[in-house]
Amino acid sequence: MKITEAFERGEFVVTAEVGPPKGFHIEHMLEEAKTYLSGITAVNVTDNQSSVMRLGSLATCKALKDEGLTPIFQMTCRDRNRIALESDLLSAAMFGIENLLLLTGDHTKLGDHPQAKPVFDLDSVSLIHAVKQLEAGVDLGGNELVGEPPKFAKGAVVSPCSDSVDAQLAKMERKVAAGCDYFQTQAVYEPEKFIQFMEKAKQFGKPVQLGIVIPKSVGMCRYMNANVAGIHIPEEMIDELKADKEKTKAGITGVEIAARIIRECKPYCQGVHIMAMGWESKVPSLLEQAGLA
Amino acid sequence: MLITDLKAKETIVSLVGDKKAFIINCQGCKEVHFPEKEAAELQKELAADGKVTGIITTDYICNTENLELRLQKHMSEIEAADVILVFSCGVGVQTVAERFEDKKVCAACDTYPLPGFQGVTPLEYDCDQCGECYLNLTGGICPITACSKSLVNGQCGGSKNGKCEVDSNMECGWERIYRRLEQIGRLDLIKCPTQLRNFATDAEVSK
Ligand code: SF4
Ligand code: SF4
Repeated sequence: MKITEAFERGEFVVTAEVGPPKGFHIEHMLEEAKTYLSGITAVNVTDNQSSVMRLGSLATCKALKDEGLTPIFQMTCRDRNRIALESDLLSAAMFGIENLLLLTGDHTKLGDHPQAKPVFDLDSVSLIHAVKQLEAGVDLGGNELVGEPPKFAKGAVVSPCSDSVDAQLAKMERKVAAGCDYFQTQAVYEPEKFIQFMEKAKQFGKPVQLGIVIPKSVGMCRYMNANVAGIHIPEEMIDELKADKEKTKAGITGVEIAARIIRECKPYCQGVHIMAMGWESKVPSLLEQAGLA
Repeated sequence: MLITDLKAKETIVSLVGDKKAFIINCQGCKEVHFPEKEAAELQKELAADGKVTGIITTDYICNTENLELRLQKHMSEIEAADVILVFSCGVGVQTVAERFEDKKVCAACDTYPLPGFQGVTPLEYDCDQCGECYLNLTGGICPITACSKSLVNGQCGGSKNGKCEVDSNMECGWERIYRRLEQIGRLDLIKCPTQLRNFATDAEVSK
């Protein structure tokens, strides 16, 4: 199923993200996904996230699909040139994978192979354009495809709490012009900023899913504030995590905070995207507290 | 080594539009091919249409002090112009764009690499000889060398506090481009159609 169909039905669309392991045994990951994520609309599979080499996104998507889940194939432009990207898009179509999330990708220097060549032959915008071309039956070289062209729901990301929010909105507009169907956002911890952003973003008329990362610990928050682009966790929120160490460790505080953010932002967006980062088991209780279960 | 080639005539004419231009030709590096004759012809046509406030042909505009010296006598002509049209390699255009922050500075040439020895170029501005100069879309800041990923369609999600995700000491190139376009009132350029890099250009040129 295409995620765009759910938006069209007016559903508040819930997706979550899984990261493939560094190895090829995915029984555990599949079990977790089936147990905790089978009730939601679709599951994103990251593509060598943070430039750390892992099992491939496409293969993992196929495995999820075989288990009855709806995968969203994440693709970055860091590791493949346009030929490889287009080829993988056709492979995805052959497997019946219909949802894409198209990103530029982190630089290779940020990951565990800093010596690797960063490709960036395309970027998020030109990758959306490439998909659009394939859907029209031609590749970027101008050559015709054989048989019926593929059709995808084309997603992209945007960073609503970025300190360069105007540049982000400009980029978002380019993505829409290139053919993007829906957006998922970077993790949001400042609902007011998100709401202001949505006031401006709604002119593009595309569904936006609020990005959520459950805050696990004070250390994680401090790390993200110092290092992760587009994220600023307010001090009061960090104080909440400090208040009761046991409760925080059990994940209860983090889930409470995340549920509160979702409730505050819900009237302004069309869905939520949860990046659980190993806390997949917390997703059901988060959805329940946010009033989405 | 590098060669510069004129952009398509229609492109150059449309850069000027119905405005007035001041023209800078740089013929500094002897090892750089410069399309002297074609440039002169085109400039004559623009001048005949009354669109030119002044023309100088000089050398090494990539050296900021030298540029200042050469332009001294022409400041009023530059003042009278809406556009500065630069016929030089990408480094030259970037140097002029930085000097005249609030003027529209346009590249009239594309810069291509040629195999062999690369001439002396100053370090402050960098041109990667990409073969399809983007400076007219980016306010005179080179997206190929000022952005760690050489992105041509806008900022990635990695900039934090205006710094690049790859190096916290480096300003995000697209943050700079956005601010420059805002300054010259050309934010419309950031909405230009999707750009695709063309890595075939150097092969075509050396054919
Ligand atoms: S865009 Fe940059 S690399 Fe390309 S020709 Fe212009 S200055 Fe040189
Ligand atoms: S942070 Fe800015 S300079 Fe760095 S790769 Fe992204 S857009 Fe380019």
